[in-house]
Amino acid sequence: MKRSGIVTIKCEWCKGCGVCAHFCPADVLEMHEFKVRAKSPEKCTACMMCEMRCPDFAITVEVVERADEQK
Amino acid sequence: MAFQYDKYLRNDKLPHIWCPGCGYGIILKALIRAIDALGWSKDETVIASGIGCASRLPGYVDFNTIHTTHGRSLAFATGIKLANSKLKVIVLGGDGDMSAIGGNHLIHACRRNIDLSLLVLNNNIYGMTGGQFSPTTPTGCNATTAPYGMTENNFDISNLAIGAGASFVARTSSFHVAQMEDLMKKTFQHKGFSMLEIISGCPTGFGRRNKQPEGFDALEWQKKNATPLTRYNAMTGEERAGRFSTGILHEADRPEYIEVYDRTVGLKDA
Repeated sequence: MKRSGIVTIKCEWCKGCGVCAHFCPADVLEMHEFKVRAKSPEKCTACMMCEMRCPDFAITVEVVERADEQK
Repeated sequence: MAFQYDKYLRNDKLPHIWCPGCGYGIILKALIRAIDALGWSKDETVIASGIGCASRLPGYVDFNTIHTTHGRSLAFATGIKLANSKLKVIVLGGDGDMSAIGGNHLIHACRRNIDLSLLVLNNNIYGMTGGQFSPTTPTGCNATTAPYGMTENNFDISNLAIGAGASFVARTSSFHVAQMEDLMKKTFQHKGFSMLEIISGCPTGFGRRNKQPEGFDALEWQKKNATPLTRYNAMTGEERAGRFSTGILHEADRPEYIEVYDRTVGLKDA
């Protein structure tokens, strides 16, 4: 079972503090023009650290579990 | 399915007023998750707060909320709890609100051991008024009113509450999101006066003057210096410098005020 996540960013609520990008262990997020953006969304492991640490309710992560990608 | 914060939020009030990188947003989310996990309804939950950045928090959540005068939230909450003891009353305040302006209310609420849950959001500074030092500003740190460094000794709010007689005292930080949610649940479930001190950052008021200019700098500092209580107790005085203990610091079984009161006046059988 491969666990991945779909990151949704509510750009109008993002204040660009960079907490999510700083603590992302999979290097999914980056800061761009004072807002966060998903640079490589396919790398997301749905650890939920960005969602729990975003102080501005700007990030949600939808967990996806895919059995077919098991190797 | 991601956690749905929307059902507990007053969405028309958002986005909130806190600065970019403020830890209070992280605490707000943990608070919502903790209350949701306990299954408390909106009607039975009361959140009282005083004045300050931390005290803006109840404005964003859709419970019974009351925004009171500076430092007096514990007094209002005591009244609410006495009038209807079935309500779950949570009190919120910053370090200045609870240890300076409301310091007396804090120690007497602890002494009475009335069934309230207090969250102290400690960011070591008066953030809203422009970064003046508070009783918890660590010695040597800079503030607008301490440009050459804080010369006074600082309060340890948790130890103050233990000394004053609170029956449950815990401490965590805004970095430790899972532990914060877990300790919040334990704080809310405790019968008697319970306090959770949450070490947080203030990038604008504290961080910029103390080499933590970004929100994540404060979180990194908390990650580095938070020490579980058992390890903290085993440390020497030198090793403890700059560190703070986390986890449940104190738990005691003491008679709860409302039960004692009800028995005394004959509302409940002795």
